[in-house]
This record gives sequence, structure tokens and C-alpha cells, in this order.
Amino acid sequence: MTSDITLLRAVTRSRFLVSAWPWRGIAYTATTAVAAGLLWLLLAVPLTPLVSAVWVLRSHPTSPDEAALRTGSDLFAAAVLGVVGVGLLALVMPRLALAVGEVERWRLRLADTAPVRARRIGNLYADPATWRAVAYLMLLGIVAPVWLAVLAVVGLLVVSTPVAVQHRAVSMDSAGSIAGRAVLGLVLVPVLLYLTSAFGGAHAALARLLLCAERDPAEAELVEVTRSRARLADAFDVERNRIERDLHDLAQQRLVSLTMQLGLAKLDLPDDSPAAAAVASAHAQAKTLMAELRDLVRGISPRTLRELGLRAAVEELAAGSPLRVRVDADPGRFPAAVETVAFAAVSEALANAVKHAGATEAVVTTRHAGGTLTVQVCDDGRGGADPARGSGITGLADRAAAADGRLLISSPPGGPTILRVELPCAS
Amino acid sequence: MRVVIAEDSVLLREGLVGLLSRFGFDVVAAVGDAAALVAAVDDTTPDLVVTDVRMPPNFTDEGLRAAVAVRAAHPGLAVVALSQYVQHSYAGELLGSGDGRAIGYLLKDRVADVAEFADVLRRVAAGGTVVDSEVVRQLMQRGRDPLAHLSTREREVLALIAEGHSNAAIARILVLTEAGVSKHISSVLAKLHLPVSDDTNRRVLAVLAYLRGQQ
Repeated sequence: MTSDITLLRAVTRSRFLVSAWPWRGIAYTATTAVAAGLLWLLLAVPLTPLVSAVWVLRSHPTSPDEAALRTGSDLFAAAVLGVVGVGLLALVMPRLALAVGEVERWRLRLADTAPVRARRIGNLYADPATWRAVAYLMLLGIVAPVWLAVLAVVGLLVVSTPVAVQHRAVSMDSAGSIAGRAVLGLVLVPVLLYLTSAFGGAHAALARLLLCAERDPAEAELVEVTRSRARLADAFDVERNRIERDLHDLAQQRLVSLTMQLGLAKLDLPDDSPAAAAVASAHAQAKTLMAELRDLVRGISPRTLRELGLRAAVEELAAGSPLRVRVDADPGRFPAAVETVAFAAVSEALANAVKHAGATEAVVTTRHAGGTLTVQVCDDGRGGADPARGSGITGLADRAAAADGRLLISSPPGGPTILRVELPCAS
Repeated sequence: MRVVIAEDSVLLREGLVGLLSRFGFDVVAAVGDAAALVAAVDDTTPDLVVTDVRMPPNFTDEGLRAAVAVRAAHPGLAVVALSQYVQHSYAGELLGSGDGRAIGYLLKDRVADVAEFADVLRRVAAGGTVVDSEVVRQLMQRGRDPLAHLSTREREVLALIAEGHSNAAIARILVLTEAGVSKHISSVLAKLHLPVSDDTNRRVLAVLAYLRGQQ
């Protein structure tokens, strides 16, 4: 939502005057004037009894006797008128306010690009949204005319410039005075444009505040879904760490021990005994299994990443890769979830560079700036990576999204392939 | 030779004790965590420490910290660290402790080849520097330009130098004459502009520093 442009924000931009925004500002302001006028027309019905009541009370009697006579009936009439007026207001105002809200929300599209959503209305009188809409009526009916009047004065000065200049010319004023008036008119043009959009923008911002729901329920749900996905990803990480630890503590140590025992057994067997060949084979298989298990476990949860952070882990990954990999990484630790996704991205990119792109070299860069960790892997392979086909890239994009980040990939046929992951992180 | 073993997995610890005893080492203490390691070294003043890198309580680099600490407290004490994975930062830290001599950094897998493992322990205890071939392989894979000028055989020789092998050992592994190995070594060192030296340790450290310096 914050990326949407509003009239108020557009005014502060350097290229405001050459954009479409001044025209939108004028359109919004002009329609605001029309809306305010119509509002007063509509309010005339419920306000008439009240105004009459006040008028009755304030009309001066012609003599003291008459005054004494009239006071009773006047008070009664005023009271009736007052009750009718207040009743009418109570009946009409909320409904009128909601109707005006509808129109105003529609009109807001002139003033900003953010989507507009109605506030929920439950019980008409109980829902705060109703009273916010009524507050907006005050804004439109009372505050808006004030700034509209200011704009009208400036606008008149601008519009009247040709007439005024001509008039001074005819009445033979000094050339300086004529030029001064013309310059004033010209200078006031941008001022008028800025003022119009600033007032209009401020009004629109208040209108949005009073009339629009900040966030609709669906969006709140979306946020919750994102959060729950992030929690799930975290839970997976925790689980992966646990599996890695269990495998290390139990399987790997036992396997090392077993292989060592086989190695010892081999020593004691005469080379030509039937058991020697079998034990040697078992020993060799156990050694292969150790290497395979190590790679498997490292894939599940890279220890260096947990213990020493992203840079050390990426450097080790680079060292183990058959590619020539240059690593240019910012030091420092980041939240575990961020490091895990960033590392997975580098790992996936390097693996793809070897497997699919036939690359020989790669450059890994990690940068932490402006609350975002950017990790980029660029290889010199043949390119043509299609995110739609590789489940690795898709899974990576999912993990990046769960961490509130995004994954970008550029891989034209012929290369190079550039994979970039951007992850928000404060630290 | 008096050895202290630190390994938190009971099974593997007992296995190591058996293995070392079998090869004639005198295991004076076998402990399960870093604090006990430091205490055992103070108590028994061993010639060699064999420690797991990852130990309680946090299961990160406790063994390595303890190894660096005991080396600081007992200069010249030989230490071999066993790691489940190659972790360059840890390897570098260990190699940087003391003068870089009497140090070994090995993948745990290496204990499977029991005779070779015992041999490594003896070399380290004798003041040698031994680096796991996987560490060397990864370092060399960083593919610096000067390395590209080496022949395949020269690259093999360089890797073996970095792992801490003597000329004789290299000759045996590559099935070459010692004279042939010497020639290759001179050629490799010349191409990398490293000082020619017959001292295996000085050579290892120079080559490792060269490989690691180009991270």
C-alpha cells in the first residue's frame, strides 16, 4: 500500500508540474467544490426546521406586552421545530453521510492510486464507520469551503490577469505596473497548481482516513497466511537441524566406529583367507557410505552456516564446487531464517550452473544494505534456465516468499545466468 | 607415546582407544568433553592429543577451542583434530596456533584406514603438519592462475606436499624415484615462487599459506 502514489505525495515530487497530477488535483478540487455545494443543498431539508427555530427565537418582538404574549407560543414553536429538526438530522445525517461516502470513495480515485475499500457498516448507529462518515460531512461542508475560498481568490487573480493587464494598458498606467500585474499572474499559475493539489491532496488524505478501511479482512488474512508460511519454514529449519544432529550423533559416529572396526579386522586377516576379500569389500563400502552420508547430512543442514554464518558457509560451498567460484560477501550474521534461504539460493544456483548450464566460473555476491540482504550468483554457462521447469528454483522462490523476500532470475539462451534473492532483514 | 583422546561418542571413543592401543600408543586418558580434555592434559602431560572438533555442551567447535587452549598452555604439544566435515575456518585456526608444527586436521573418515591413521598420528607427534587431503583438494580447487600452469603430476605433488608428506612418502605414493620427486617439487615451488626447502614442515606451511592466502 505504501508504494501507491497519492496527490499529497505527488506534490512533493520534483517533476510534479510536468506530470498528470496537477490536472488530477484540479479535477479533484473542482468536484470537491461541487460536492460541497450539493451537500449544503441536501442538508437544507433537515436544517430548515432548526434554522427556523433559531429565527423564531431571535425575532424581536415589537413591544413588551406582545413579547410576554409571544414568548410562550414562540418557545413552543421553537421547541417543536427544534425536535423535528434534530429528529430529521438524526435520521438523515447518517444515511446522507454514507451516501456521500460512496460518492467520495469513488471520487478518491482522482487523488490517489491506492485501492479503495469501504469500511464495514454493521448497525447504522453503532458502527464507528457511520460516525466517521458524519465527521467527513463536517470536513466537506465546513472545512472544504474555507480552502476552496482561498483557492478561489488566487484563481481569480490568475484568471483576471489578461483583463487587468488590458485595463491598466487602457488607463495608461506605467509600463512597470502593467508588467508587474502580468508577472504576478504568471507566477501565481504554479502557485495555484501547487495550492490546488496540496489542499485537494490533504482533503483526499483525510477522506481516505475517515471513509476507507485501512486493510480489508482478506488482506489481513493474507498477512496471516504469509506469517504462518514463515512459521512453517522456520519449523522446517528447526526440524532439519534436529535431523542433522541426530544423524551426526548416532548414525555418523556409529558408522565411523564400524568402519574403524572393519579396518582393524582387515589387519588381522591373512591376505589369502576367504574372509579377507569380504571384509575388505565391506570396509570399502562403509567408507563410501561415510562420504555419502556426510554429503547427505550437509545437504540437510549446513553446519558452517549455523556456526560461522553466511560468508564462511558460502566460501566453503565455493571451495567444494567443481566451478571456479569467486566470493564477494559482506561479513556479519543475519537472522537464521534469512541465512538459510540465502545459502539455499547460492547452493541451488551453483548446482544448476554445474548441472544444467555447463558453466566453468561463477561469482557470488552478498550485500546487506537498506535493510535488505541481496544475494546474487552469476555464472558463465549457456543460460536458458526456466523457473517453470525446475522444481529447485520454484522451491527457492517459495522459501524466499516465506521470508518476505523475492527471487529474480535472468537466464537468456546463451547465458549468462544471474540468480538474485532479496531478503528483508533488519540486522 | 602418551595420548589423550577426547571424543563424546562413547562407541567411537572406545574404538579409538582400542585402535591406538593396538598400534602401540599409550592412551593415558579418554574423555568426553572439552573441559575434561583440558583437565586431562594438565594432569597427564601427554605427547599427543586426539580430539573431536564437535563436542558437548554446544556441539560446535568446543574440541577445537580446547585444542587451541592446550597448545597455548603446553607449547609443542602435538594435537590432531578430527572433524566430521571440512571447515576451512576451523582448519585455518588450528594451523595458526603455535608455530603450525605438530598439528593435524583430519576428516573423521580417516580413522577407518587404521594403519594410515596411526601413521599420521606418529608424524604429527614427531612435529609434522598433516592436513586432510580433502582440505587440500578444496584449497587447490580455488583454481588460481599460477596453479593452472602446473602439470597434472605437479598438481599431485603439490597436494601431497600440502598434506604433509615427506619426499620419500610422496615417491612411494606416486611410485616415483625420490630424485624424480625432488625434481617435481623444485619445479612446483619455483612456479609458485615459494622458497625451495627440504624441511618438510616449513614446506607444508609455505604451501598451505600460499593456498589459503588466496581465499
